[in-house]
Amino acid sequence: MKLIKSAIAGTYESSDAFVRVEPAEGVKIDLESSVMDQYGDSILASVRDVLKNLDVSGVSVAITDKGALDCTLRARVETAIFRACDAMDNIPWGTKI
Amino acid sequence: MKNRVRRTMIFLNCQRAALIKDAYIYKPDCVILDLEDAVAHSEKDSARVSLYNTLKYHDYRGVERWVRINGLDTNLYKEDIRAAVAGGCDGIRIPKTEKKADVTLVADLVSAAEKEFGREEGSTMLMAALESPLAVINAYEIATSSPRMMGMALSAGDFCSSMHAVRTPEGTEMFTARQQMLIACRAAGIMCFDTVFTDLDDTESLIKETELIMKMGFDGKSVISPKQIALIHKVFTPTEKELNHAIHVLEAVKESAASGVGVLVVDGKMVDVAWVEGAKRVLKLARAAGIYKGDL
Amino acid sequence: MKNALGREIPDEILAGGKEVFQGQHHRDGYQYTKDAPRIRANVKPKGDKVLPSIRDAIIASGLKDGMTISFHHHFRDGDFVCNMVMDEIHRMGIKDLNVCASSVGKAQNSLVSCIEDGTVTGLSTSVIRDEIGEAVSKGRLKNPAYIRSHGGRVRAIETGDVHINVAFIGASTSDAYGNASGKGGKSDCGVLSYATPDSEYADYVVIITDTLVRTPNFPASILGTNVDAVVVVDKVGEQSKIATGILRLTQDTRELMIAEYAAKCMAATEYFKDGFTFQTGGGGTSLAVTRFLRPFMDAKGIKMDWAMGGITAPMVELMHEGYIRKLINDQAFDVTTVKSVHTDPNHFEITAGQYANPFNKGAFVNQLDFVILGALEIDVDFNVNVVQGSDGLLQGAPGGHVDTSAGSKCAIIVTPLIRSRIPIVRDRVTSVTTPGESIDILVTDYGVAVNPKRPDLLEALKKTDVPLCTIEELRDTAYKIVGKPKELEFDDKVVAVIEYRDGTIIDVCRKPKHLN
Repeated sequence: MKLIKSAIAGTYESSDAFVRVEPAEGVKIDLESSVMDQYGDSILASVRDVLKNLDVSGVSVAITDKGALDCTLRARVETAIFRACDAMDNIPWGTKI
Repeated sequence: MKNRVRRTMIFLNCQRAALIKDAYIYKPDCVILDLEDAVAHSEKDSARVSLYNTLKYHDYRGVERWVRINGLDTNLYKEDIRAAVAGGCDGIRIPKTEKKADVTLVADLVSAAEKEFGREEGSTMLMAALESPLAVINAYEIATSSPRMMGMALSAGDFCSSMHAVRTPEGTEMFTARQQMLIACRAAGIMCFDTVFTDLDDTESLIKETELIMKMGFDGKSVISPKQIALIHKVFTPTEKELNHAIHVLEAVKESAASGVGVLVVDGKMVDVAWVEGAKRVLKLARAAGIYKGDL
Repeated sequence: MKNALGREIPDEILAGGKEVFQGQHHRDGYQYTKDAPRIRANVKPKGDKVLPSIRDAIIASGLKDGMTISFHHHFRDGDFVCNMVMDEIHRMGIKDLNVCASSVGKAQNSLVSCIEDGTVTGLSTSVIRDEIGEAVSKGRLKNPAYIRSHGGRVRAIETGDVHINVAFIGASTSDAYGNASGKGGKSDCGVLSYATPDSEYADYVVIITDTLVRTPNFPASILGTNVDAVVVVDKVGEQSKIATGILRLTQDTRELMIAEYAAKCMAATEYFKDGFTFQTGGGGTSLAVTRFLRPFMDAKGIKMDWAMGGITAPMVELMHEGYIRKLINDQAFDVTTVKSVHTDPNHFEITAGQYANPFNKGAFVNQLDFVILGALEIDVDFNVNVVQGSDGLLQGAPGGHVDTSAGSKCAIIVTPLIRSRIPIVRDRVTSVTTPGESIDILVTDYGVAVNPKRPDLLEALKKTDVPLCTIEELRDTAYKIVGKPKELEFDDKVVAVIEYRDGTIIDVCRKPKHLN
């Protein structure tokens, strides 16, 4: 997928994450997390996994994580990407996410 | 599993991460992951992605997972259905259902989605929420509209406002609608659920209303807060006397089947086969409440 | 050297003759001679003891570099005393002080700059939070901080492990001879329990008050015979932060569910009979347990002999309604409690030593049937951490946790299984505050686990409908939901020593690498 604009998803509530994506060269991930030391690596791995599944290769992702569970985090990143690609219908459920 | 205990179905806003992550700890019989009223218009897309991930990754520990899709008058419900079926929900709750065609429209989309996502054909149940006078009039037509239909639920807020009625603690204004929907459900052989109780601090009235609808014959109630769950389950828990009687009835029936005697006397009263269903229902509720562990 | 819990205690911590932790009753029967203050006798009548300013009192006390001073925390977040005294000491250029406080947090933040510039180089406390917690975690304090339970602090003072040279005691009221009390005045805190040992064992005792009353100020928590000087200031504290208004009981369904499970557990034990004794913490869940006890007490037709601890309005209400015969108070948290301890004849103030000191001839904690406590983390051996956050920062309090759990017949931990994404039940706690042998039952939103050393309790709980499981199952559930957390990385530098209530070393806190 190719991003055509910047987009946001999620909230700053506890157990949630706020995600901002914008088109960029290559993949850049900027992570700030309340559970950085314990889960920072696993969060980054999940984000990379989501980007790979959605075939996103040009994006800058900024995440403020408030202790979101893995599936919440994935949902927020996916939503931000779909929004940035203007692709909210006919989502490839079950194949790419 | 269309036939199971469903005393409580709790609405959870799909967009709220903290809410949906483990609502099963409150032990509702079902959750309704809500894409409709609880979700702000600007977050409909996000809630859907969140729904899909929740269905796919969260172990709800046997709690049944329903999805309330957006109304058929929106451009959202089609994608809602795809996400819900792809995620593997147990059923879909259709809001503002008014006629048979509403159900068949959804049923067809569900069939297509089951095919698209490799789910067993016919495995996704449906239930309809009746929210208007027309819906109540068409109750039987809706109840019998699809083999997927598990049950119907009443929504008092919308119904009362279109009736120009005022909600009262006694529920006089809801009586006919409740009764008519219940008759339709029983005639169609599906389950029947009452509306939500919105005053979270008034537990006394919640218990009263639940007692009322339980005695009328409803199977359960939609709920909006975890703290209502235990209260409702308590109302649906058979008393010791009811439980013992049900056990006696079923034991007597078992014995008579073995001995070939037709007429039964249980606890000093004549009993016929028509009582068996009721006794079985009591045992089921007792089992769900954790007060009966036998295998009758 | 490894202690009984397998925690590595560095040799330099043990250098002064300290022992490693060897079990909660290791020092039972320990014999010692108490420490004593060096008194300056007031033979010749000199009128009153009032000095014009804090500075004059510091000068009169003879405070010098390297000495130990003390503070109490009865004014909680509304305390002005510690900051007023430290500002003055700072201006006077006295260095290298050891501060022995019963608690440090927001209201004592002047300690942070004093730590940075070497005015303060040592710290002993039962609660450590906020900026001071952060500064100590970062290793800014020259010597490792000593984290002591409420009972352990009194023990350290009475044995002479800590010898206080000058005690600065904020008091709600005092007479000119130093008979001081937590009752009345502009800054009414109810009781002065934690200041009593300081007044008895410090060489020089200064009372700081904003309300001087006529002699005698009786009943007095601090006796004038132990006091050297009295200083009157404008205000010793901010009343609204000393005692909170009416605490609304939690409406959080999760907390209520946990509390209800805990009450069911209590009611199922053999200790739940007429005359039982009880303490609960100030957290939302702990407080809610009291509310769920009522129907169980009604059903059995029993009353509680006494409830103890930091007292809050729900306890006072239970006493007024006849469920509790007496209240034993070492801290008054809200206005209802402050009022009650003044006026209710069955509501008594006790000293910190009476409350929890393991080295006197038997403290009240030893007579507790039940205690309800929280946890930041708990491991599969039931060891509890209430001092160090999962991020390695010092942000907690042993308080009376260690003392009450060791003393009571049934210590119940109430906690959600997961906070945000942090699993509370885990393989290993960041540091141990309370040993698992002191803990009997763990109640979470996902299930209830009984310590295997208590098969009797497990049998009793099988008669209830609480969801029983093993602590390992709880850990597995937590890890399945949030993923197994990565172990934090620490420097070698020890920033705090966690001393068990008997003076042995149960664990140390090192500086987290992410603070470098």
